[in-house]
Amino acid sequence: MSNTDFVLSIEDLTVSFDGFKAVDNLTMYIDKNELRVVIGPNGAGKTTVLDLICGKTKSTSGSIKFMNKELTKLSEHEIVREGVGRKFQTPSIYENLSVYQNLEVSYPKGRGVFGSLTFKRTAEVEAQVRKVAEEIMLSDLLDLEAALLSHGQKQWLEIGMLLMQDPELLMLDEPVAGMSAKERDQTAELLNKICNNRSVLVIEHDMEFVKKIAHKVTVLHQGKILAEGSMDKVQEDEKVIEVYLGH
Amino acid sequence: MFDYSMAEIGNIVVMQGFSGLSMFTVLLLMALGLAIIFGQMGVINMAHGEFMAIGAYTTVMISKLAANYGFVNYYFIFAILIAFMLAFAVGYFIEFIMIRHLYKRPLDTLLATWGLSLVMQQIFRSTFGAKEVSAELPEWMLGSFKPTPDIDIPINGVFVMFLAIIVTAGVYLFMYRSRWGLRVRATVQNRVMAGAVGINTAKVDRMTFALGCGIAGIAGAAFTTIASTGPTTGTLYIVDSFMVVVFGGAASLMGTIASAFGIAQAQSILQFFMTSSMGKVSTLLVIVGILMMKPEGLFASKLRK
Amino acid sequence: MNAILSKLNSSELLGGKKGVLGLAVLAAVIFILLPLGVDIFRLNLVGKYLTYAFVAVSLVLLWGNGGILSLGQGIFFGLGGYGMAMFMKLEASDPISTKIQTTPGIPDFMDWNQLTELPWFWEPFNSLPLTIAAILIIPALFAYIIGFAMFKRRVGGVYFAIITQAIALILSILIVGQQGLTGGVNGITDLKTMLGWDTRTDSAKYILYYVNGILLFGCILLSRYILTSKFGMLLLAMRDKEERVRFSGYDVSDFKIFIFCVAAMISAIGGAMFTLQVGFMSPSFVGIVPSIEMVIFCAVGGRISLIGAVYGTLLVNYGKTFFSETYPELWLFLMGGLFMAVVMFFPNGLAGLWDQHARKLKFMKRFYDDTPEPERFEPTLSAAKDTAEAAVAKKEKPAKVANMKGAKA
Repeated sequence: MSNTDFVLSIEDLTVSFDGFKAVDNLTMYIDKNELRVVIGPNGAGKTTVLDLICGKTKSTSGSIKFMNKELTKLSEHEIVREGVGRKFQTPSIYENLSVYQNLEVSYPKGRGVFGSLTFKRTAEVEAQVRKVAEEIMLSDLLDLEAALLSHGQKQWLEIGMLLMQDPELLMLDEPVAGMSAKERDQTAELLNKICNNRSVLVIEHDMEFVKKIAHKVTVLHQGKILAEGSMDKVQEDEKVIEVYLGH
Repeated sequence: MFDYSMAEIGNIVVMQGFSGLSMFTVLLLMALGLAIIFGQMGVINMAHGEFMAIGAYTTVMISKLAANYGFVNYYFIFAILIAFMLAFAVGYFIEFIMIRHLYKRPLDTLLATWGLSLVMQQIFRSTFGAKEVSAELPEWMLGSFKPTPDIDIPINGVFVMFLAIIVTAGVYLFMYRSRWGLRVRATVQNRVMAGAVGINTAKVDRMTFALGCGIAGIAGAAFTTIASTGPTTGTLYIVDSFMVVVFGGAASLMGTIASAFGIAQAQSILQFFMTSSMGKVSTLLVIVGILMMKPEGLFASKLRK
Repeated sequence: MNAILSKLNSSELLGGKKGVLGLAVLAAVIFILLPLGVDIFRLNLVGKYLTYAFVAVSLVLLWGNGGILSLGQGIFFGLGGYGMAMFMKLEASDPISTKIQTTPGIPDFMDWNQLTELPWFWEPFNSLPLTIAAILIIPALFAYIIGFAMFKRRVGGVYFAIITQAIALILSILIVGQQGLTGGVNGITDLKTMLGWDTRTDSAKYILYYVNGILLFGCILLSRYILTSKFGMLLLAMRDKEERVRFSGYDVSDFKIFIFCVAAMISAIGGAMFTLQVGFMSPSFVGIVPSIEMVIFCAVGGRISLIGAVYGTLLVNYGKTFFSETYPELWLFLMGGLFMAVVMFFPNGLAGLWDQHARKLKFMKRFYDDTPEPERFEPTLSAAKDTAEAAVAKKEKPAKVANMKGAKA
């Protein structure tokens, strides 16, 4: 397959910090509507890969193509406008605004200075906010100040803010960290639903959770891919067991 | 600018260089104190100049005592020590009642310490009067020596320079070679872990802030050898000191030294050739210009994200 | 009448019932109570204070909402003020009145400095339209350059504040040093007329006072428009979580540059009105000290409250005039103490205190039923707080948020 069929194609990506290669010649492809989970021990480079894709960190060499557009040359907000959404490890929402406002601010119109000055809250915007709120299970809490949500609800709100952008690639960094078992189940359901229209890239540590959602799993170790494949295949892989899963 | 012969220009550069040196010294001492407070703790102390004034006024008072009791030639070292201790003590107190509540709000610290500087200035004015006062300098500090007939180097300038070298060396040894310095650096780099291994981070903060203020006190003592002291003396150097620290890269000791030297010299030399105000403006413009291009300062340490 | 009232009350722009009340009271104070209550001399003083209020209002936008502390708003106040001063000075320096000068037709201070012709950059100020354009455009342009250089490089916070302070210093030294071009430390004085109209008469002062008040209200309404739009929400979001805004697809630096330019323009208008009402402009309004004083006006009034900023300015300046006359030594203590107290104990200023307590008063309750608890002003809200627990402990429902929170009249 040529790399034009993939949503995301990372090729020979390397980033080195003062000689230390956090990501080492990484090559990875993600399909449309795929839910890929990246696992691996701490320091394997997982968050760094997300940082590189969304532009938070600049790569030393290699290419990242999103829908065939080279991302390494773009700035953070340009990458977002191309259709890449990133959720951070600690919930990054606007604490002082309401849930409704958090979602509204993420609506992908009125992103320029003058656009935002003249932005009107049309019925369309309203409908979109309510729709997303429903998906993230926060419809009843739209008027609540975001700071007052529980940790799990904040994670959902952040996912919701990304959904408002309607990205083609959604990247989530440890979305269920700190969640109760029930919340994890709900999140798994949510993620399975949302990858119907887009690709999702998830970093996670909770293996039970990973099993519920992953189409394909990539294991990273020391900045390189250790193994890749379905969850079952990866769990049986000897190298993975030795380095990460243990027994 | 072009009316001078080469030899004359050489002499001018040397003399301006030395007059720049006095300025450099006071600036360096101020900046060292600020670099410790701002560079290490991220606290903006707009009252830093007033701590220098504490040192200056202390020295003046002691000098007057010395003049009355006849030990004018011996008091100066003593005065430097007292200036340090007094400024240190006041700094310790201020950190305790005010600064420690504001660590998470750097912009507010800036405003609060500005308010503090106003209060301190008024205290000086009410206590010592609005007029400037001078220290009675010991005899050995007066006059100048002439390495060549055309070059006049003031002795107090040289003394103050040596003082700066000693203090800088002391700060370096303290921060990088002592246990306490280790604790300070640990607290700055990872407060939570430092606390977890038993370092009293609150005390470390307090001592660090007080130390920065104490060094400002020494700067004040040095200052009295160059000029007279008034309630607003502190405001003379505050903006320059911040420029020095920010320009040099707040976290770097070498950067602070190089920056202080560069800025003081540039200003001194430029002021000779242009008018005093244009010289200052040009220096500041260059600094601001460079900062706009390289906001981390010239010698910023490379941090891994 | 009721229909109009209810339309006003539901207007987001004006800030709901509480906002309309606030604006109405402010209008009454400025346009009715003060002119009736004080003589023209003191009213002129109030007019002067109200020009500082322009800067305080600009800081509500820039600092209170945007989180960008500028210690150099004096730059823009001064640019606007000097622009107007240059116009009026040229008018007062016509060849006939200046015929005793060595070179008639140029301002007196230029003559004293042995200049023989008008410097080129003074020429445009012969015309009022060009002067007004300069007052609005040059400060904004200046702000654009500074903002572009710094915000695109992600310089913010304390560094930005210090650099604006340095620029204010540079400008004030420059003005003082170039006496021939700018009037030096004395500034530009002896201003008398604008297009032939004598600005020193009592009737002129009344007119200028009202014009000033109207312009101030205009700026407040403009600011409300900005703050209640999506831009305003983004401003708050950027203040508290800049990274997240960037990763939602916004070019944060563009927004910062824009609001910095708007703040510059508003401050410049204030400066121009100052020159008109007071009759001179000097570098003592441009440098470090005035710039930081204007910050304290904003802080005392309430850094997120536009109306509060105006009251704060009036109050602090009145205090300054009163105390400087009667207890001069006390004044600096008070001002310094005010800085410290506001920052440490009531960061939302008087407006915050008012909001907190006024809503408990019976007759005020009906104005607050559509507004939420005031924003708990904690500038760095990056740590998640257990506020749900705190709310439960307070035995009230968690605060419900009306549609545009944080933007206050």
